[in-house]
Amino acid sequence: MISLALEVGKTAAPEAAMFWILAPFAVIAALGMLLVKKAVHSAILMAWVMITLAIFYIAQGALFLGIVQVVVYTGAVMMLFLFILMLVGVDSADSLKETIKGLRPIAILAFIGFGGLLVSLIGRATLGHQIVGLDSANANGNVPALAELLFSKYVWAFEVVSALLITAALGAMVLAHNHRVHQRPTQRDLSILRFRTGSLAETAGLANPGVYALHNAVDVPALLPDGSAAPTSISAMLEARGDVIDSSPFQLGQAEESEGEDK
Amino acid sequence: MTTAEILGQDPGWIILVKGVFVFLIAVLATLMAIWAERRIVARMQMRIGPNRVGPQGLLQSLSDGVKLALKEDLIPAAADKIVFIIAPIISATTCFMSFAVIPMSGPVSLFGHKTAMQMTDLPVGVLYVLAIASVGVYGIILAGWSSGSTYPLLGGLRSSAQVISYEVAMGLSLVAVFIYAGSMSTSEIVAAQQKWWYSIVLFPSFVIYAISMVGETNRAPFDLAEAEGELVGGFHTEYSSLKFALFFLAEYVNIVAVSALATTLFLGGYHALPGLTFTESWLGGWFTIVWFFAKVIFFFFIFVWLRGTLPRLRYDQFMKFGWKVLIPASLFWILIVATMRVMSLRGTSRGGVLGFAVGIVLVVLIGSFAYDSAKKRSELVPEAQIPEPSFPVPAIPTSNGPSAQSEVSHG
Repeated sequence: MISLALEVGKTAAPEAAMFWILAPFAVIAALGMLLVKKAVHSAILMAWVMITLAIFYIAQGALFLGIVQVVVYTGAVMMLFLFILMLVGVDSADSLKETIKGLRPIAILAFIGFGGLLVSLIGRATLGHQIVGLDSANANGNVPALAELLFSKYVWAFEVVSALLITAALGAMVLAHNHRVHQRPTQRDLSILRFRTGSLAETAGLANPGVYALHNAVDVPALLPDGSAAPTSISAMLEARGDVIDSSPFQLGQAEESEGEDK
Repeated sequence: MTTAEILGQDPGWIILVKGVFVFLIAVLATLMAIWAERRIVARMQMRIGPNRVGPQGLLQSLSDGVKLALKEDLIPAAADKIVFIIAPIISATTCFMSFAVIPMSGPVSLFGHKTAMQMTDLPVGVLYVLAIASVGVYGIILAGWSSGSTYPLLGGLRSSAQVISYEVAMGLSLVAVFIYAGSMSTSEIVAAQQKWWYSIVLFPSFVIYAISMVGETNRAPFDLAEAEGELVGGFHTEYSSLKFALFFLAEYVNIVAVSALATTLFLGGYHALPGLTFTESWLGGWFTIVWFFAKVIFFFFIFVWLRGTLPRLRYDQFMKFGWKVLIPASLFWILIVATMRVMSLRGTSRGGVLGFAVGIVLVVLIGSFAYDSAKKRSELVPEAQIPEPSFPVPAIPTSNGPSAQSEVSHG
């Protein structure tokens, strides 16, 4: 840790300035993420933390990592999170009831495991090593250097992780997919059905409700040329509930008389 | 000397000047774009369009902007106030940021200093543009959520699903460019197109990018996020005054930004049309900026043309098109491009590479013919009776109304 602190002291002035301006924001946002009440606010603060981290990566020479962090994590993963949070509802509070048995111990175990992994990784990478920065690794450019490592030294790990991700995606699709019992009729099917059954008069769609220019509410049937009401112009549901108004008072020529009537 | 090296020598004040220039260009382009769009769409619809304010109605957008700013600024009672205010700010700031890596001119002299009209050059410049675009979606989705009302929420969800889906297709279409240019830096991609534009060499990528850029900017025929027939105004239904103006601005700046990226990646950026390369040295190199904007305007015209011509897609058709057509097609195309690239790098003769390409084209053609004829044959078979649709429709209380059958058949 001491060597790390010394390194921070040695960084170039613009980078140090940027660090001391952005780091407090990142820490405050990270704390806020845990403390705010609404899940969506948490998600926004999380996105902000990710973006600040990306800026730090870029400042330290890991250009590709920084940009990909924004594209993948902020742009896709966090967006999907937001998506779900929004569908769940604005005011829904987290339920503390366990729906799956033993979820809590598993979560605690996973937390400890991941924490240990992180601590050991960061410790192994920093303690007892002389920090050299990315400049020598980036000698041939950041992207080519990264590509060379990924596709030669770490190709096995890379492929295993990608297989894992594809398996996870497929698993999610299988779990979330449900088969339709009946095939859903397409617009084409419905159109064909309209011509094969029923009268040709309705093939272009049903008449709209309402008497043009006089009354356009959904509960007033349209008038046919002979002055009678067109039964197909209003919803069957309204008719069944008895919520239909007689449209004859709105016929042309009787409009003046009907003006005072209560509709 | 490469553009990156030239830009590396820029002093701070030159970068500042370029920043102001980029900002001004983007804002002016927006004002002009709104006016141009209204005039062109009007002409396509046999109307005249705005022609009262200023010569040819040129100042119409300016006066509309002033009017918009002076309107009452409403915040709905159900809105989440902080997020409601932040959302348009996110939209309006991110849309400008992608211009930072767009090369607008070749090497020029600015106040006696040798530079290029590009603010900065990143080795991952194109990915940077994608990253900025993906942050910009936050503005739309947060606007939809924070309005505290149903239509904006649906609009926000639609548009985020749309932008994420089409970003995948867009990213994949760019891979072929990266493979051919050997770089992700915008200036190097432009330099690599000195001889052949990638819109010709990588035509399928160009088509996929052109389609997905329309989807990405939520423009007609893909403007499902603000389908006024279904969602009132979509994510910005509850917005008014300056906050609405910011979304308006962001939409048009985004159009210019994706057009500029398309110009950079596929139309040779600031390079002149083939055969007119002598113009690149006119005005001490400043003439290249004219070429750049001519190409951007070309793309913008296509945007307007699409809007004036095509009806809006249905949401499920749109998503199906993105995931089942564009993405598999671009994956297939990347495989071909990568194979050809490796073949030519390994020293396979030009004839061998061409033979491979022709072979692939033939296989695709034969496959599509076989598919079509198989489809036609299946159409000749008398169609089975279409099963009666079984929607989960609640039972209708009495039998007076039209039968359930006719109700469904008009669904």
